[in-house]
Amino acid sequence: MEAFREEMRRDDKVFHICGNLGPLAALVPEFGIERLRASPISEEAYVGAGLGAAGSGFRPIISPGMMTFAFTAMDQIVNQMAKIHYMFGGQAAFPLVFRASTGGGRSAAAQHSQSPHPMFMNLAGLKLVMPSNPYDAKGLMKSAIRDNNPVVFFEDQLLAALPDRCPVPEEEYLVPIGEADVKREGSDVTVVAISKMAPEALKAADELEAEGISLEVVDPRTLVPMDTPAIRRSVRKTGRVVIVDEACITGSAAAEISAQITEDLETFRALKSPPVRVCAPDVPIPYSPVMEQYCLPDKDNVIAGVRKALQ
Amino acid sequence: MTTDSGLLLDMYRKMVTIRTFDARAVEEFHEGNIPGVVHAYIGQEAVAVGVCSALRSTDRIASTHRGHGHNIAKGADINLMMAELFGRANGYCHGKGGSMHIADFSVGMLGANGIVGAGMPIATGAALAAKLEGGDGVAVAFFGDGASNEGAFHGSLNLASIWNLPVIFVCENNRWASSNSAAATLSVEDVSARAAGYNIPGLTVEGTDVLTVYEAAQEAVRQAREGGGPTLLECKTYRWRGHSESRGNPPDPRPVSEIELSQSHDPISVFIDLLMEQGVATREQLQQIDQEVAAAVESAIEFARSSPLPRPEDALTEVFAP
Ligand SMILES: Cc1ncc(C[n+]2csc(CCOP(=O)(O)OP(=O)(O)O)c2C)c(N)n1
Ligand SMILES: [Mg+2]
Repeated sequence: MEAFREEMRRDDKVFHICGNLGPLAALVPEFGIERLRASPISEEAYVGAGLGAAGSGFRPIISPGMMTFAFTAMDQIVNQMAKIHYMFGGQAAFPLVFRASTGGGRSAAAQHSQSPHPMFMNLAGLKLVMPSNPYDAKGLMKSAIRDNNPVVFFEDQLLAALPDRCPVPEEEYLVPIGEADVKREGSDVTVVAISKMAPEALKAADELEAEGISLEVVDPRTLVPMDTPAIRRSVRKTGRVVIVDEACITGSAAAEISAQITEDLETFRALKSPPVRVCAPDVPIPYSPVMEQYCLPDKDNVIAGVRKALQ
Repeated sequence: MTTDSGLLLDMYRKMVTIRTFDARAVEEFHEGNIPGVVHAYIGQEAVAVGVCSALRSTDRIASTHRGHGHNIAKGADINLMMAELFGRANGYCHGKGGSMHIADFSVGMLGANGIVGAGMPIATGAALAAKLEGGDGVAVAFFGDGASNEGAFHGSLNLASIWNLPVIFVCENNRWASSNSAAATLSVEDVSARAAGYNIPGLTVEGTDVLTVYEAAQEAVRQAREGGGPTLLECKTYRWRGHSESRGNPPDPRPVSEIELSQSHDPISVFIDLLMEQGVATREQLQQIDQEVAAAVESAIEFARSSPLPRPEDALTEVFAP
């Protein structure tokens, strides 16, 4: 919210197109409904309209709500947004933020619970940001708005409900796109944890500390571009790695990160055990909480993954 | 007007069942017994019941996120519905779907849907199947005013028109799509006007009057069965509750005066007056039905409560058909 207010004040080309304004309605008195547009349920049309406005000099922030709703706009995202700059030989920039919520954990069933970020990593042409806490979210959002490319910004459904480990400062700051963050330093096992999995990894680190196991928690923060050097650096230091990702395991971001680690000879040689992926199984997310909890990785799955890496 | 009092009383029973089922589901939700989210159908009962009363059990329907009413009107079992809401292993979807995903294929109910507009192409496909089968089956797509802004709506109407499919597109115009008013988001006053673009009949009826809906649906179904193709039938209605029951819901943006005005036009009260006026039933007979329904809904809740939870690893089953 702070990020939006600051950037809208800074640049009058920044405006919103939303499925529902929700909390953004608080910005209407200052910026007016022209810059805070509530759209009909026509995702394909308004996502594409945002792209068109971006190519015509504006900096739209497009928020359909859940990513699952915006699957109806996939042509505009996949064929248009991702390819348009490249395909036209770089003639125009398309600075926009496509912002949607992902993840599960609210018993909302398969069509309202999904972690489809690996799909977007595979599109070539979209930057992809997935913050793990409100502080990073603000700084990354400001960078995303100022970026000259389409930036997909996935916020976890439960992120807003996370315990506030780091309150959002009022002052201006940017978190650069493409920089991982070591959320906790440690020596025995590196845990690379994406989005909501980062706080789970930190909880696991607290718990394992009592047993004398020291975790280093690395949050990539942006998946495209990925800060591979930072991840490799940490793995070379600890020699063991667990990668935690809420996506279905096959073709997950964790799979890509695992490949990035093992493909590098120096990092590969530093490994004392194979990388461990902690992900959701390859199923749509079920409704009933017992089954949903079983599918979604949490602190306990991180701990089990760490024990496996330590064997 | 139909004079078949058996049918009329069945309609009444179904409307009261929907109202009671959803009123109790809302309570159970707020007591924490139902997880996720519930979209109550209360206020719109005349649409589901009016339309489904014009269908056979072999006809197929596709529904929406607000689908409890469509399920009940099409003949789904409220025990299995409630067990699904409670996330139990013996619910309709074995706890995998919940409120937004109840289906009963055995009665031609192809499923509620979490994605706005997504039921329309599916109903269109069911109508294609009916046509290919060579019988006189029909399909119905229920959807909201908001859904008529989706590409799926426009593509489906065009497809059904050029393929001359036996499908009825039933728009439940309750004037709101979550917090966006139809007035602010639709290019037309009546969704039925959009039929013209696809060269199919489009009509708007009073959706709080179950017999008006029934008669309009009967006519559209008759045409479809006879090879006359699709119809867009818009029913003007209103939802009594907020968009959804969910924890930490934003405030209902609708004007209180609008809500009150609509509630003064209760589809069930209107129907009670008519049934008594026409001598179809006495107040006592209708109250008797109310009591039977209340007992049936309580026993559905009891059934759900005492049903087993799924095992966690049941999450891994049913990904692919055998
Ligand atoms: C494709 C898609 N976009 C947005 C949503 C979020 N959403 C769920 S219900 C709803 C409003 C639907 O309005 P309408 O079609 O009029 O049905 P009503 O809720 O009034 O019954 C919205 C925006 C969704 N589920 N799917
Ligand atoms: Mg509506």
